[in-house]
Amino acid sequence: MDRILVALILFSGSVLAQQIGDPTTQQGVLPPRGTYAIRNARIVTVSGPDIEHGTVVIRDGKIEAVGANVSVPAGAQTIDGRGLSVYPGMIDLGTNMGLVEVPQGANGTVDLSEVGEFNPNAKAIIAVNPHSAHIAVTRVEGITNTLTAPEGGLISGQAALINLLGTSPKEMAVVPEAALVINYPRTALTGGGFGAFQPAAQNLADTLTANERQVEQIRKMLRDAEAYGRAQDAYAKDKSLPRPDRNVVLESMVPYVRGEQPVIFRADREAEIRGAIRFAEEMKLKPIILGGNDAWKVASLLKEKNVPVILTGIFSLPPREDDAYDSLYENPAKLQQAGVRFCISTGDAGPEVRNLAQYAGMAAAFGLSKADAVKSVTLYPAQILNVADRLGSIEVGKMANLVVTDGDLLEVRTHIKYLLIDGRPVVLTSRHTELNDAFKNRK
Amino acid sequence: MKRLIVLLGIIGFFSLSAQAQTETLIRNATVLTVTHGTLTNTDVLMRNGKIAAIGKNLKASANARVIDATGKYVMPGIIDCHSHSMLDTINEGTLAVTSMVRTQDVLNTTDVDLYRELAGGVTTLNLLHGSANPIGGLNTVVKIKYGRPASEFLFPGAMPGIKFALGENVKQSSRPNIPGLTRRYPNTRMGVEETIRDAFIRARDYKRTWDEYREAVKKDKNVMPPRRDLQLEPLVEILEGKRYVHAHCYVASEILMLINIADEFGFKIRTFQHVLEGYKVAKEIAAHGAGASIFADSWGYKIEAYDAIPYNAAILTRAGVVVSMNSDSDERARRLNIEAAKAMHWGDLTEEQALKLVTLNPAIQLGIQDRVGSLEVGKDADVAIWNGHPFSVYSRVDTTFIDGDVYFDREKDLARRPELAKERATLEQAEPNKPAQRGQSPQTPRRRPSGHEDDAETEKP
Repeated sequence: MDRILVALILFSGSVLAQQIGDPTTQQGVLPPRGTYAIRNARIVTVSGPDIEHGTVVIRDGKIEAVGANVSVPAGAQTIDGRGLSVYPGMIDLGTNMGLVEVPQGANGTVDLSEVGEFNPNAKAIIAVNPHSAHIAVTRVEGITNTLTAPEGGLISGQAALINLLGTSPKEMAVVPEAALVINYPRTALTGGGFGAFQPAAQNLADTLTANERQVEQIRKMLRDAEAYGRAQDAYAKDKSLPRPDRNVVLESMVPYVRGEQPVIFRADREAEIRGAIRFAEEMKLKPIILGGNDAWKVASLLKEKNVPVILTGIFSLPPREDDAYDSLYENPAKLQQAGVRFCISTGDAGPEVRNLAQYAGMAAAFGLSKADAVKSVTLYPAQILNVADRLGSIEVGKMANLVVTDGDLLEVRTHIKYLLIDGRPVVLTSRHTELNDAFKNRK
Repeated sequence: MKRLIVLLGIIGFFSLSAQAQTETLIRNATVLTVTHGTLTNTDVLMRNGKIAAIGKNLKASANARVIDATGKYVMPGIIDCHSHSMLDTINEGTLAVTSMVRTQDVLNTTDVDLYRELAGGVTTLNLLHGSANPIGGLNTVVKIKYGRPASEFLFPGAMPGIKFALGENVKQSSRPNIPGLTRRYPNTRMGVEETIRDAFIRARDYKRTWDEYREAVKKDKNVMPPRRDLQLEPLVEILEGKRYVHAHCYVASEILMLINIADEFGFKIRTFQHVLEGYKVAKEIAAHGAGASIFADSWGYKIEAYDAIPYNAAILTRAGVVVSMNSDSDERARRLNIEAAKAMHWGDLTEEQALKLVTLNPAIQLGIQDRVGSLEVGKDADVAIWNGHPFSVYSRVDTTFIDGDVYFDREKDLARRPELAKERATLEQAEPNKPAQRGQSPQTPRRRPSGHEDDAETEKP
């Protein structure tokens, strides 16, 4: 009897696997939402204790039930989770996913930076390419969501929080206009990262003066947006007032200058982080630091001002020659100890976002607890972006972005067995698995 | 004469001090030998710079350093078969053929990234010229003896090598076409082939000239020798099998092209470097007998990297190719253990196969497998102790030994930090370091960017 049950479960699992095996995303059709149950799995809820032998029920895109004694609804397709673990999908808040396919030698595939210094109205969600090869390559490693941001200038534009599944930007969007991205003026004398040919400033005093001028330009623009918002509100209430001209650029910034939506400041060095915090406080913004290589030096201030940090530099070389060799590896642990809110990101444009788990793993090798390392790529990024009601943990009512693994989520030797995004079972193929299949048996 | 004695004395002093005078016994570890499996609860004895014994309950002499490694892992020092660390300059890209230049002449022993690599369990580097031209400069194989003079870094007995390069970097496809500015030949993969073929035709002629001279001088001592050609000499060594070719390449067609040239001139490509599309021509690479030194999973950063897949290591290994995982990056070099583990994730190589990717296989590719690359009695004591399995993301290095000497020790590193912080604070207060009120600010040392350093067509400031 038992054996029949096992066979039935295995069979139903294989039925699901067959359905998952249908590469519908490439035909412009989303895999179906439906009723699914993952049974007998170790469930790492992240927000609560692990459930050793539990069931997760997924219906119409959402987590309907989770627990040790949850019954499987009639008609549900099941996954036999014995020996497997269920985690919430990982989230990377520091990417340009879908905005660039090949950065070098194929300019036509690059939609990263607009012309000029001020482009608050450049929206990532407009240009994100749902058919980018990077998206499937990334999600099959258990990353279900990214914040994808434009770059360049002082105000780069607006970042979008997307599901890594969908046949159109609209289908992918979780929060289409999730954050305004500002490049806080750099004070470091040396240039940017690889490929950056900024000439090193010759004179610190000149650099500081130039930076102040840039900050003043940003300030003026934000104040203009504030005034614009007030004028539009006033006119909406009282049509007898002179009708203010529409201005799409200023309009796009109104929710940000009102503190309703977060503003992301790219800042790595101590002086830039302090400057961004000061500026955000002055302007009453809701700041998030992106980068944060020196965040450990500013931990008490970040804690005091309750400013969260998206750490992108775990795998960067320490910025100064005399920094400890592990100063960026242990940055997360130091922030955790200081009570600073943070999450871990690859900071990668797209191709290496799939390695997010290893960034978190390295942080755990250098002082962060394993549980916090998992949170730093699931619940913490969801909280920082104010979407923890929908993403980041396995809880009833949340979006069913789930990863089923045969081991520890962060370990590189672990394999992803099943993936659901927005309650849809996702085929575990990508450009890379397809090329592998095409050539692995060539004799 | 006196001066010579003094000189010999100095050399003697250095070679003496370089050699480990003490014994070290690592006790009760899990030992990843690479060639003889994984041994649990096992001791490793290092003496006079060599591995003296591996086994249970080993005895050491009274003054030996004994390390309790219970719960820890011991593996051979990692070998990075593609590095540009400690090179003050990487590309002599002004000519298409620069086999006359040597990386050995630009070693910077104070490059702090060397220390950071030691902290990732890396002990040996293949320092390669960049990829600006079809035939680049000569390589240098070093042990990371950070803190020692450059002469002690050189890996004794390593096979000499040279960098070749094919594809986008070589044809300068990212360089903008500026009117009035002449582009360097070659501009296409066709021109790359022609450049290499031409160089070997010249080298063959040059070799013949010398062979003829050597015959002639036997009969007549007064025959004038030909003029030495520093560009062609290394190419002659390649033809004679005395110098390894490490060839940077990406796409399948250019890999086949170089195999054809090598076959035509009767030499072997020792390693294809990067070889991102190697999986498409695995059987041809295997048939030629070349190795492949690859990235685990880098892809998509340029057109010729768009078909790269992380299954490359598995497909090439199964085709019989000796494969290594390299860094080509001072940053990535610090975590080559995880790069190797990726071959278990993508393509399901066994643990032993994956371990070899950063130990024995790169050693074979560099011709140093009799000295390093596995834990065996008689091999160099290049060893790292890890606090967990090196394939776990949660593990880090405790201690790294080269020739039995400690070059990285995490405990000592941690212990020194308060003192260094104090020193830094003092230095910041020192007169020359105080920030200038007006005018010139203190000099900040410039650093090379990290990433695919190889791709830098020309030197960055």
